[in-house]
This record gives sequence, structure tokens and C-alpha cells, in this order.
Amino acid sequence: MDLIAWFTDPANWTGENGIPVRTWEQIQISFFAMAIALVIALPVALTLGHLRKGAFLATNVGNVGRAVPTLGVLTILASIPSIGIGNLAAVLALALFAIPPLLTNTYTGIASVDDEVQDAARGMGMGGAGILTKVEIPLAVPLIAAGVRTATVQVVATASLAALVGSGGLGRYVVDGFALQDNTLILAGAILTALLAVLAELVMALVQRAVTPKGLRLQSRSEIEAQEIPAAAAPA
Amino acid sequence: MSATVADASNPWISWSYVQDNWSELVAAGQEHIYLTVGSVILAVVVAVPLAMVIRRSPKLSGPILGLSGVLYTIPSLALISLLWPVFGLSPWTVIIALAVYALLVVLRNMVVGLQEVPADVLDAANGMGLTDRQILTRVSLPLALPTILAGIRIATVSTVGMVTIGALVGYGGFGTLILSGFQNNFWHAQILTATVCCVLLATLFEVLLLVVERVSVPWTRKQVT
Repeated sequence: MDLIAWFTDPANWTGENGIPVRTWEQIQISFFAMAIALVIALPVALTLGHLRKGAFLATNVGNVGRAVPTLGVLTILASIPSIGIGNLAAVLALALFAIPPLLTNTYTGIASVDDEVQDAARGMGMGGAGILTKVEIPLAVPLIAAGVRTATVQVVATASLAALVGSGGLGRYVVDGFALQDNTLILAGAILTALLAVLAELVMALVQRAVTPKGLRLQSRSEIEAQEIPAAAAPA
Repeated sequence: MSATVADASNPWISWSYVQDNWSELVAAGQEHIYLTVGSVILAVVVAVPLAMVIRRSPKLSGPILGLSGVLYTIPSLALISLLWPVFGLSPWTVIIALAVYALLVVLRNMVVGLQEVPADVLDAANGMGLTDRQILTRVSLPLALPTILAGIRIATVSTVGMVTIGALVGYGGFGTLILSGFQNNFWHAQILTATVCCVLLATLFEVLLLVVERVSVPWTRKQVT
């Protein structure tokens, strides 16, 4: 009942510590983290996949990501004086953890394009860049999109942890709630972070559907689903 | 000379930190291990009957896996917070929350492993007059074992990393040291040592469970995983 009172209290919907501001902070942190991860992971994975090289790296980076605790990386980054506590440490840590699923899925998507398809494209007079952009990427879109979805959901969910090292976002309510021994605040924060994560999952599922070429939709559905879970390094 | 928080240098790597705080590190490691093992065992105990139910009525695999997929999306910070009014500041809060995540990986691999048993093999077993129970224990389970064990291994390694979040309720193994080091004026040596210990523990579990996989399914040894 305290929860209903908390959610209906106008004071919790306005100002620095209001729900809209905290939600927006979490979305911003997640967005920048994903942007950095994409800029780093995509070119590397596209190149390696096209050349069919570095399978070992692309598949094992996920195992390393699983073994490293998010909390450890967050606190290490926040303890480096030039980064410091706050949103920057969160963005960098989350970007690091978004790279493995992006790398693995993009690499697998590109590298698993049939060699014969590559040969045919070359026979039609396409160069390496043409083959990559006109043949391999379109065929790999379902897997790349699945990787982006996995990484995004993971980043949005993990962004709540960033409050432990003094950044904003919805995790703030949970961490402040524990500090103030305020159960209502803890529960409200937990519900909001969970809702945002589920929302991110739904939105990314729609995005994934929308970008997948029609001809590939039915055929690759089970393949995508099979990829998703192993790629999800660690919910946090 | 012992390294203290007041050390102006505040080094990241400090052997004297390890020496001075050896007993704390060991205690944190023990807590980390029992939280991890407890969560995975709980997940397996719940997953086995669910996998059997799905094996009998495959129609249920969608709803059951779907529900555990939704649970997987919930951030651990949120799940621990939602559970703590029920279980309080106890290890159970952490164990149950982490078991939820491990459950999805373990259950999915059990279901996939059992589904991937070739239909001809099942037909042959049936034709030889094996009962349903015999088919399960002598044919399906041995064939599904590599996939099932891989699921347990992946779940265990992920759990090692997530245990650190338990620091929020005071049961986080090395995570408690990471967080207290952070709150103690960014005590670099403690943060880095505890993080490295956590990675080492995850690696140890990975290697240990890979060995278990090799030993228990010797016929797949030549296969590349």
C-alpha cells in the first residue's frame, strides 16, 4: 500500500530524483554504452567474419565476459581518478560488457554465410567490400540483430547496477533505499528497473523483427533463438 | 610494513594486502563458493522435474521456457531487492535470486538436449522393447548429457560473477570486499584483488566442470565443442 502511495505521490514524478529524470538517465547511459560497443565491435567482427579469421577470439570473448564480474569492473573504473564516480564509469563498464554478444553474433552471422554464396558473388564481379555489404551483411542481419537485442537488454538491465558506484538511473532508488532502510523505495526501484528491462526486451524484439528481411524470417527463427541464450553473457 | 587505506600511494597490486587480509579473502571465497554451488544446485533440482514434464508434454515447453525467459530479463539488482522483504538479509535471498537465472540456462539445455536425441534412435530403442523409463535412462539421458552438463557449466560460471551483486544484502562473497573496498576511499588493492579472485574462481569452476564433462561422456571426446 505504501507502494501505491509512493507511485501516486506527485513529488516522485518531478525534479532531479523523479521517475522521468531517473528513467531518462538510465536510457542515456545505456544508449551511450551501446553506441561505444557497436563502434568497437561491429567493424572488428565484420572484418574478421568476412575474412573467416579469428573464430577463436570471437567465440571465446563471450566466455571471458561471463567470468568477469560487472560489479568489479564498475568499481575499478569508478576508482580510477581520471574517470571517477558517476555516469562515465557506468557507460564504459557497460560498453565493455556489451561487446562480447555483439562480437560473437556478428562474427557468426557473417562467417556462416555459405562459401558458395561468396564464390557466386565474386563470380558476378563483386569485390570484397561489395560482397560484405550487399551479400554477407543482409544474410547475417537476423543474427546481428539478435546480438544487438541481447546486448541492449543486458545493458539496460545492468545500468541499474551503476547506482552502486554513484551514477544515476533507476538503480538509484534501490541503492538509496538500502542506505535509508526504506523498503518502499527499494521495492519501487526494483519494480521500475524490472519494467524498463522488460520494455527494452519488447522494443528490441520488435526492432529485430522489423530489420530482418522477409525472406529470412521463417527460416532463421529457431536459429536466432538458439543463439540468444548462450550469447546472453550474464544478466546483471 | 602493511598497506593501509591511508597509504597515499593506494596501489592496485599489493602483495602485502593479500598477506594482511588472507583470512578475510579465504572467508569471502568460501562464502562465494557456497552461494554459487547452492544456487546452481537449487536450479538443477527445480529444472529436472520441469524437464521431465516438458518431455511428456512438449506443448508446455513454450510457456515454461517463455516464463523463465521473462525472469531472465529482470535485473539481478531488482530481483534481489524484490526477494529481500521475504527472506531478509540472509543468504537465501541471494541463492534464490541467482537460482532463477541459472534455471533458464540449465532447463533450456536439458530440454534441447533431450529434444535433439535422433528419432531413429528412439524408434530403435522402442523396437528393442525398452520401456519408457529405460529409454530415458539408457538412451536419452546419456545422449543428452553433454548438452545438459554444458548448461550447468555455463550457469555456474555466470553465477560466480553475479554472486557479487549479493553484496547489496551483505552476502556477496568477493563482491562484499569489492563494494566495501570501493566505499573505503577507493581502496584499489582490495577492489582489484577481490575482482581477480572472482575471475579466478570462475575459471576454476569452468575448468573443473569441463573435466567432469570429459570424464562423464568419454565417447564425445573426439568431438570439437
